[in-house]
Amino acid sequence: MEIITKKSQYDVIVIGGGITGAGTARDCAMRGLRTLLVERLDLTNGATGRNHGLLHSGARYAVTDGESATECIKENMILRRIARHCVEQTDGLFVTLPEDDLGFQNTFIEACTRAGIRAEAIDPAEARRLEPSVNPSLIGAVRVPDGSVDPFRLTTANALDARLHGAEVMTYHEVVGFIKDGRRVVGVRLRNRYTKAESEAYASITVNAGGIWGHRIAEMAGAVVNMFPAKGALLIFGHRVNNMVLNRCRKPADADILVPGDTISLIGTTSSRVPYDEIDDLQVTPDEVNLLLREGQKLAPSLAQTRILRAYSGVRPLVAADNDVSGRSISRGIVCLDHETRDDIPGFITITGGKLMTYRLMAEWATDLVCKKLNIDKQCQTAEVCLPGSAYDEEQPSDKETITPIPSIGTRAAEGRHGSMSKKISADNRYDRSLVCECEAVSIGEVDYAIKQLRVQNLINLRRRTRVGMGTCQGELCACRAAGLLGKANGCAQKAQKDLAMFLNERWRGMYPVAWGDTLCETQFTSWVYEGVCGLDKFAEE
Amino acid sequence: MKKQYNTNYDQSFEQCVKCTVCTVYCPVAAVNPDYPGPKQAGPDLERYRLKNPRFYDDTLDLCLNCKRCEVACPSNVRIGDIILSARLKYSTKRPKLREYMLANTDVMGSMATTFAPLVNTSLSLSPVKKVMDRVLAIDHHRTMPSYSSQKFETWYKRHARAEQESFARGVSYFHGCYVNYNHPKQGQDLVKVLNAIGYGVHLLQKEKCCGVALISNKMKAQARRQAEVNMTSIRESVAAGRPVLTTSSTCTFTMRDEYPHVLGIDNSDVREQIVLATKFIFEAVDAGRVKLAFREDYRKRIAYHTPCHMEKLGWSIYSTSLLRMIPGVEFVMLDSQCCGIAGTYGFKRENYSYSQKIGEPLFRQIKSLGVDLVATDCETCKWQIEMSAGVTVENPISILADALDVEQTMKLNK
Repeated sequence: MEIITKKSQYDVIVIGGGITGAGTARDCAMRGLRTLLVERLDLTNGATGRNHGLLHSGARYAVTDGESATECIKENMILRRIARHCVEQTDGLFVTLPEDDLGFQNTFIEACTRAGIRAEAIDPAEARRLEPSVNPSLIGAVRVPDGSVDPFRLTTANALDARLHGAEVMTYHEVVGFIKDGRRVVGVRLRNRYTKAESEAYASITVNAGGIWGHRIAEMAGAVVNMFPAKGALLIFGHRVNNMVLNRCRKPADADILVPGDTISLIGTTSSRVPYDEIDDLQVTPDEVNLLLREGQKLAPSLAQTRILRAYSGVRPLVAADNDVSGRSISRGIVCLDHETRDDIPGFITITGGKLMTYRLMAEWATDLVCKKLNIDKQCQTAEVCLPGSAYDEEQPSDKETITPIPSIGTRAAEGRHGSMSKKISADNRYDRSLVCECEAVSIGEVDYAIKQLRVQNLINLRRRTRVGMGTCQGELCACRAAGLLGKANGCAQKAQKDLAMFLNERWRGMYPVAWGDTLCETQFTSWVYEGVCGLDKFAEE
Repeated sequence: MKKQYNTNYDQSFEQCVKCTVCTVYCPVAAVNPDYPGPKQAGPDLERYRLKNPRFYDDTLDLCLNCKRCEVACPSNVRIGDIILSARLKYSTKRPKLREYMLANTDVMGSMATTFAPLVNTSLSLSPVKKVMDRVLAIDHHRTMPSYSSQKFETWYKRHARAEQESFARGVSYFHGCYVNYNHPKQGQDLVKVLNAIGYGVHLLQKEKCCGVALISNKMKAQARRQAEVNMTSIRESVAAGRPVLTTSSTCTFTMRDEYPHVLGIDNSDVREQIVLATKFIFEAVDAGRVKLAFREDYRKRIAYHTPCHMEKLGWSIYSTSLLRMIPGVEFVMLDSQCCGIAGTYGFKRENYSYSQKIGEPLFRQIKSLGVDLVATDCETCKWQIEMSAGVTVENPISILADALDVEQTMKLNK
């Protein structure tokens, strides 16, 4: 093979900063490949950051799709080990309500058992004791090893580990074209979203991990990958209503999963096909909000009285089975396309389908194919090696620790977010310990760490790497403080101001579909502060 | 708006719009940077505690439960209740001997009144205080309240009970521990005033300490037991047509609001019948049911201090209006601020210096005014102000009793 010693020459370019792309970049880098990960916006901007954050046990798919169920439970057990700090082992309940068929329970348990998922029927009284928020009129419950997983943390940790293994990560760089040698893809043309500057990067293999946007990316390379965008809307509640995942024990339907995630709970999802040209501008409709609330209350009646923080929606990348352009035959499983054999486009691979839960396996398949093409014989280690933050080599907390002074709330909250990496966060002095985001207890030290280590350039990056602005006030108190810190770090106050206005607008977008009651009061107060006191609206107009 | 549904926790924290005005009004946050302030300790961290109880930490013990945060809150968040409930629910610190001694006011009171002169003398001795400081961590700077050698209940049975039936109208008096063991005169003053306006004063069938100190020292089970006893007696009294009067703002507040909010005891059927005596009397005078006549030779310059729980009740207007009715009173209203003692809080060594810092502006204001007396409705505020500002502090009922022309008043209310 011809070797070009050029700075922008890689073994593999991975397109897409979602969990699949980050996972693939990590796997490639761990197998010693010179890897570049490119993302047109921020990491987790697509479907990765817009789902339930459910650590599926696979139970949900057991009856309808045994293969997916088996994959899920395997990956579930792997993630519990390698991504401890991103996962909460809450367990889940599949509850049967009076309107559901209790007979389905047996079918369900049998299917779970076949797939290797531990599923035990428990008494409704026991279910009420385990999870007090559950609809008290339930007539049956099955306990399964569901949990929650934070997709932001998981992606950040994968991208960070890829970098620690030598990969390069470029966010806000959009692939605007492929560089070809004959039919072979030999590189990509990139455009910086901020500066509009274009650059080129070369690699032996390019992996398309663009999720729903992979459709367009493949098109650009001259291949057809038919995808069908399915929109799913979710609601975020203001605090943890439930501590176990709640599911309906019936065939999967709308709004029948309530997941506890960090400080909040999530109900979802709806499912509706949307035209491809709408995927970059999704709105949550009143009908969707109504449906989510109506069905959600059946799982946990207290949702009716709980403040809703915001609504959001994402797009599932459903892939038509290969060569079926009609879209009738949808594959729910992992789709790994070798465009060399499929479309006679050497040097190009698409990895898609699958789900958050199986990202690691998807990455493994894609990397296996990359290695095969590069004639590299390296085993995948991503199922064994822990992600940064989930390392086991640290000393276990001893009894002695209880008498040492209690760490500040920011330190304790950051531990949950960054796992063992939180040791790198300064809490030495009062300044570093003081909170930027009070709802989610994000300290100045943590913001500093995120800016320096986790690729934070703007407030949206910061929100995803920490939890700034994700709490009750949705940026009311923290956004200006964080903007101040970013302005200082980037040396530009004006950019920070603009960023602040954008951030608050983005927050409002999610609050708008649920803007009533306390949420409306909060937004009103926020607008007094930022428009009335700070005059930010004038700035935004400019 | 009905907020409670099928949950075992107070969801009012969701109403918080994060305006932080509570922390501005928090007396502790102003003097102690270790305290995260009511917003963070209450609504902010409640979300984290619901996620995982390990997010509870003992800095919440620095809250003195003044409820000024709740008064300040524009969104009706029960911030103080949330903090107090979290302490009761999550704290792993078990009460020690000191907490038992400070919180069991009636057990300690019963023992102490029996040997009152001995106890009073020894509690005022500096070596004894040093030992208490060392062994119990009760701060040696603190002046301990002195005990009476005769309990109010004993006095009542011997000298007052017989005549009370002769009045056509009657009330029950929840005297509280302070009146019973330390200051029976305040109870005697109430009997004097109420008898003068034509009300007989009865005691409850059974009275236990309201439990405020048990609650703040995390002895919830005992507080509940005592509250149940009180509620039974209060219900009996109300059923017999006798409202329950008190002379302590804190006992009143505890029985009215802490019982349902913190102890989970429903008192809605009788809550409105538990009232501070000054409110009861003022309303009777205001409605023209009762007339008061005052001594002509009574001349005093009196400043009123608003106890925190009085601020929460919103009732200082009744006490001050009564005081202003006395022709010989030159009335001064003090700024409403915490005196810093907060019941047993200020007795604890770890809190003493903050307690005094909190009260400092109040003490300064009192000293600058040159008053004869400070009036206030709370006994622990009284101890704190007497010790720290060097003035005599009286309950408004005692001032009323002193200024009242009893014979004339009785005639007016015949």
